Amino acid sequence: MNLILVTFIILLAFTSYYFGRKKALVIQSSQRLTALPKFYGYYLAAWCAAPALIIFALWSVFEPSIVKTFILQDYTDQNLTKNELQLIYTKVKALAAGTYTGNITNFLDESANKYIQLKGIANSAKVAIILAILIFSLSFAYRSVQKNDRMREPVEIFLKWVLFVASLGAVLVTIGIVFSLLFEAIRFFQAVKIFDFIFGTHWYPAKTFVRDGQPDPELMKDAFGAVPLFAGTFFIAFIAMCVAIPIGLLSGIYLSEYAGRGIRKYAKPIIEILAGIPTVVYGFFAALTVGPFVKEIGNAMGLEVSAESALAAGAVMGVMIIPFISSLSDDVMTAVPQNLRDGSYAMGATKSETVKKVIFPAALPGIVGSILLAVSRAVGETMIVVMASGLAANLTMNPLESTSTITAQIVVILIGDQQFGDPKTQSAFALGISLFIVTLFLNVIALSVVKKYREKYE
Amino acid sequence: MSKIKAENVNVYYGSKQALFDVSIDIAEKEVTALIGPSGCGKSTFLRCLNRMNDVIEICRVEGSIKMDNLELNSRKLDVVRLRENVGMVFQKPNPFPKTIYENVAYGPTIHGIAQSKEEMDQIVETSLKKAALWNEVKDRLDEIGTGLSGGQQQRLCIARAISVSPEVILMDEPCSALDPIATAQIEELIDDLKKEVTIVIVTHSMSQAARVSQKTGFFHLGKLIEFGPTDKIFKNPDNQQTQDYITGRFG
Repeated sequence: MNLILVTFIILLAFTSYYFGRKKALVIQSSQRLTALPKFYGYYLAAWCAAPALIIFALWSVFEPSIVKTFILQDYTDQNLTKNELQLIYTKVKALAAGTYTGNITNFLDESANKYIQLKGIANSAKVAIILAILIFSLSFAYRSVQKNDRMREPVEIFLKWVLFVASLGAVLVTIGIVFSLLFEAIRFFQAVKIFDFIFGTHWYPAKTFVRDGQPDPELMKDAFGAVPLFAGTFFIAFIAMCVAIPIGLLSGIYLSEYAGRGIRKYAKPIIEILAGIPTVVYGFFAALTVGPFVKEIGNAMGLEVSAESALAAGAVMGVMIIPFISSLSDDVMTAVPQNLRDGSYAMGATKSETVKKVIFPAALPGIVGSILLAVSRAVGETMIVVMASGLAANLTMNPLESTSTITAQIVVILIGDQQFGDPKTQSAFALGISLFIVTLFLNVIALSVVKKYREKYE
Repeated sequence: MSKIKAENVNVYYGSKQALFDVSIDIAEKEVTALIGPSGCGKSTFLRCLNRMNDVIEICRVEGSIKMDNLELNSRKLDVVRLRENVGMVFQKPNPFPKTIYENVAYGPTIHGIAQSKEEMDQIVETSLKKAALWNEVKDRLDEIGTGLSGGQQQRLCIARAISVSPEVILMDEPCSALDPIATAQIEELIDDLKKEVTIVIVTHSMSQAARVSQKTGFFHLGKLIEFGPTDKIFKNPDNQQTQDYITGRFG
């Protein structure tokens, strides 16, 4: 039903576009047009689609809760809790849809009938109202077209608002996510002291699980220390960068300065394919190939190596990040103006001198930017760590042991059954917002570094 | 006395031929101007003289170019050494995004010319003085070269080129991006420099060629149409095409 309605509105909008344009051509024969004919079409189409679609959207948002209020009115005298009411409403809906399998009481049956009835009324009302709006707005717009009003300005204003709403949506979603993280994190910090979270060195949230009832506050104190997670996150990111920065930068330099056009044409896309491999594939590559390989080599050298080691996860993560650095630094170095290269070559500088003394410094802001972007990627990477470096939050600086990261722990906390009010679940939000703050901080540094160097080099 | 002697130079970009049998004698410590309409090959020829065409992958140079009896168009040539001896100034000022000091010190550093910091300071000062820029920048040598005005940037590029005491300086339309005052300054500078170095300048401005040069070569469609003393080329050319170009009938 809804689909038909929306399709109808959109088809009508297209039709009115052609109609408006045609009408403009008719007007053209007797008087001067105020805009190109297509603007007449846009004007009609916008008036046709926008009001109807807005009302449709608002209706779809509010209809369910209004229907729900009507249904639950009958239950107000029974003194039920919010959850019980919700359960009843769910039952009514299931009954109406014919998927309910429990006991059917008369009362419930009545409600279901009422629900079906209400839905029917709502649907017809919706169609009627939308048709009315379509007729009204189209006739209004058509009168404007007939009068040959100014067409360009309203269309431009309409487009401006469409763009505004789109960006507003993006901003609101961002704010919403940050606040939901923040509020849940605040609730978590009511149960666990923020000091214990930031400076505690022991992460073992499972310990706090108690069937029915509140966990022991003493246990809580020692279960949510995030230091091992932060340490693990940065440690693995560090290993990853040790792999990615040298290889990425050197291959970027090769691609931009040394490789002939033929090589570049093929090598660059191939390196970029690395960025397209799903991280979960890197994950099992790390867990099944690199991890055991590291362990065997370590064992052969007489070292104690865990099968899930930070080294394996970090190294594979580094490989994953190579294309970010190589491709971006290649781009920024290629963007260095050719006349700087010419200037350097004309002074008798060799290729490597030119790269070292002219190209690289001139491209440095972009390169630093790409590296910091890569660090954010590494810090936020989840799958490889979950699969290859284990889930035990050890506080260790030994790359051969297993360690865990913030993102991996969020996964551990939120998979499987969880209770929403539980500090264990809420700790995921606290971790999330810490991670968010860390990446934000990195980005701010990146931007300011880039800005500082840009001032210097431009 | 002849400094550079080019014989039957042919240049190809891929399958397209850009220069046809160009032969020219460039005299020592004189200014030689190369004029001609856009795309006539004068810049291409200039870039043969310090092997800058090497940078262009598809470019191929045939023929013989001798500088003091050293064959320039040879695989065995040490390009780094050649470019130390043959400096170049480009159409658009292209100082490095470094300080003024570092810009001038660039050449002496890569060629290991200065033995000490004092010597380097001396080279930088002398070069900037020769480029008539010293008085304007002596108090701000540690500022970024790209922050200077267009004319100052071009003189900085000239200072950079003469910092390694080259014997030849190639100039590829060095004033085309500059205003008349900056242009006059550069032309004055060229006049001073020719006491010590051989200068080859490509220019679109015929009046500039007439003002600064002793010899002029006229290129058209990849061929050197006429070459001779500037006075003669401008007052009494042998070739009708040259005559037409000089008087502004085409180009």
